[in-house]
Amino acid sequence: MTIETLSMAKAINNGLRAAMKADEKVILMGEDIGPLGGVFRVTEGLHAEFGGNRVLDTPLAESGIVGTAIGLAMRGYRPVCEIQFDGFIFPAFDQIVTQLAKLTARHQGHQTFPVVIRVPFGGHIGAVEHHQESPEAYFAHTAGLRVISPSNPHDAYWMIQEAIASNDPIMFFEPKSRYWPKGEVDLSASGSPTYSSRVVREGTGVTLVAYGPMVSMALQAAELAAEEGTSIEVIDLRSLSPIDYAPVVASVQKTGRLVVASEAPGNVSIASEVAATLAERAFYSLEAPVLRVSGFDTPFPPAKLEANYLPDVDRILEAVDRSLAY
Amino acid sequence: MSYTDATIQVLSPEGVIVENDTTAPYLPLVEKLSDAELQEMHRQMVVIRRFDIEAGNLQRQGHLGIWIPSLGQEAAQVGSATASRPQDHIFPTYREHVVGRMRGVDPVDTLRIWRGLTHGAWDPKVVNNFHLYAVVLGTQTLHATGYAMGLTFDGATGTGTPDTDAAVIAYLGDGASSQGDVSEALVFAASYQAPILFFLQNNHWAISVPVTRQSRTPLYLRPSGFGIPGVQIDGNDVLASYAVTRENLEETRAGGGPRFIEALTYRMGAHTTSDDPTKYRDDAELDFWTRHDPIARFEAFLRAKGAGDDFFDSLTQEGEDLAADVRARTLALPVPSSSAMFEHVYSEAHTLMQEQAAWLAAYEASFEGGAA
Ligand SMILES: Cc1ncc(C[n+]2csc(CCOP(=O)(O)OP(=O)(O)O)c2C)c(N)n1
Ligand SMILES: [Mg+2]
Repeated sequence: MTIETLSMAKAINNGLRAAMKADEKVILMGEDIGPLGGVFRVTEGLHAEFGGNRVLDTPLAESGIVGTAIGLAMRGYRPVCEIQFDGFIFPAFDQIVTQLAKLTARHQGHQTFPVVIRVPFGGHIGAVEHHQESPEAYFAHTAGLRVISPSNPHDAYWMIQEAIASNDPIMFFEPKSRYWPKGEVDLSASGSPTYSSRVVREGTGVTLVAYGPMVSMALQAAELAAEEGTSIEVIDLRSLSPIDYAPVVASVQKTGRLVVASEAPGNVSIASEVAATLAERAFYSLEAPVLRVSGFDTPFPPAKLEANYLPDVDRILEAVDRSLAY
Repeated sequence: MSYTDATIQVLSPEGVIVENDTTAPYLPLVEKLSDAELQEMHRQMVVIRRFDIEAGNLQRQGHLGIWIPSLGQEAAQVGSATASRPQDHIFPTYREHVVGRMRGVDPVDTLRIWRGLTHGAWDPKVVNNFHLYAVVLGTQTLHATGYAMGLTFDGATGTGTPDTDAAVIAYLGDGASSQGDVSEALVFAASYQAPILFFLQNNHWAISVPVTRQSRTPLYLRPSGFGIPGVQIDGNDVLASYAVTRENLEETRAGGGPRFIEALTYRMGAHTTSDDPTKYRDDAELDFWTRHDPIARFEAFLRAKGAGDDFFDSLTQEGEDLAADVRARTLALPVPSSSAMFEHVYSEAHTLMQEQAAWLAAYEASFEGGAA
């Protein structure tokens, strides 16, 4: 075991470097990812190390980035695109949804599209409009895309490499509020299969499902609840399309209660999908309705209101209490 | 540095009027400006720069989440704004602070955005058609084009009466020029011969990416392929910015179809207060543009025309007063209540908004008094 303590930003940086060393067809594309190292410094040092033909500081056009990545993939490259902020993915939405997502099927298996699209997402950074959104549901709703989101540096290090190794297009959502806290990364093994969800804290009273930025908050909530005698089992989905339901179903069979937490608005969301699926698959185990704790169904508000908008530990525990009250 | 043979310069960097064939069409427009009008342009540039510095200070002291300086771009902005008429519509990016001020935006309202209090701090109808800032790059060029198309459909332009015929100015950056939306705006503007002037401030950088990554030819040439005449000006020359904008705006107002100006200028500061330009650009470039400072140039010109210390001192004082006033009023800005999130998301009642607003109000009330 080789353990290093890294921030998530650095862990992804190391994961990208490892993938680029392993395969010279891996190239990075994005705005300001060259000498600046990206606005979050995730690609820091890579331009100096691999040069401008492997780390492309692109013209300022997201549709162009993803559209040309598709062509590069046809040519045998494995492009990893960085979208600067969640809210700026939409100029590329057409290329992602009408092309990238469908081209594998259209080619009837004769051509693969190993494109990774990295998207820093979510709130808690007090930024201006379009910089704190959680658009993952649009992509999980789109057939042909895999959607994954690490919650900690260890997973980030491994999941970015797994994403690059995959022959399918992958939306890789990076929780930007978790870029800086450090955590242990085991450089020798991932420990979790790709696209698997994972129990990150065992408990008996309530199952709490989260992903990306909400996992650390769910763990905090479980810690606080434990002090008051409530045992919460926390599950990190890690993969949002496909979702690995087995650990969730098993947990709900044990606890009988399920709360799903996300920063994203709750309406037609990943949380909705988990709730619906568990209603189908664990109906006889449920002792309370599945509850969602999410951002409100409004535009992400100005920074001074983000604390009112984003679900926090208290809002999670309020839902846990409501679930237990049944 | 990136000036070309085509760059229109009315005032030399030394502050002397340039008289040649290129400037000849513009000189009469400049000559028509009274001393008071010339001094007003200078006043706007000097005072906004002081405001800009104060906003940067407020950010560093934790009172703004971010600040987007326009330092160095004052002449491009003041000149073009001076050339607009009251009935014109202005679609800005996020950096045209002085244009907004000249149209009637209270600078403190600008800061409400960067303090994280609102996404849209003014009503364009109240501030003389200065539309909201647009953070998504290039998007406003399409909105501006559509607005201009509407002016044509309504017969509100091109009737030969410049005092009432309206036109549109769309500001954009060199980086934004690469966005597909901008090309589409040029297509629509040309196709419908809309009364719109695209005013591109080439400040040479899009965060850390140099303009050479966006275009291998000068950007003023790009619109010609769309059938739109383009010109390049020295954007640090407030008189060129004024006169060339005026000329082009009057042409498009008169029904001549869209126009395009590339103003060569420089982002003297960081992209925003979150940015560190020392990571990607060198001192030589900054030196060049420091020597081409738009305010120093115009001051030299005005002094040669007889403006004295009294005038310049009064502007310094006005800047200080504005800075103090902005600081005091910014710190006193109220934070909206959490219910504001649900307001105006729709213009008509929507059950999700009602349910969630009610839930949040009850939830927040449950903490009152009982907080640990
Ligand atoms: C669609 C989109 N992509 C990315 C961004 C992030 N971003 C904000 S400003 C900027 C650079 C813009 O450069 P330019 O158009 O030259 O304008 P300037 O900031 O220099 O005034 C970038 C990449 C954005 N706001 N919108
Ligand atoms: Mg620029």
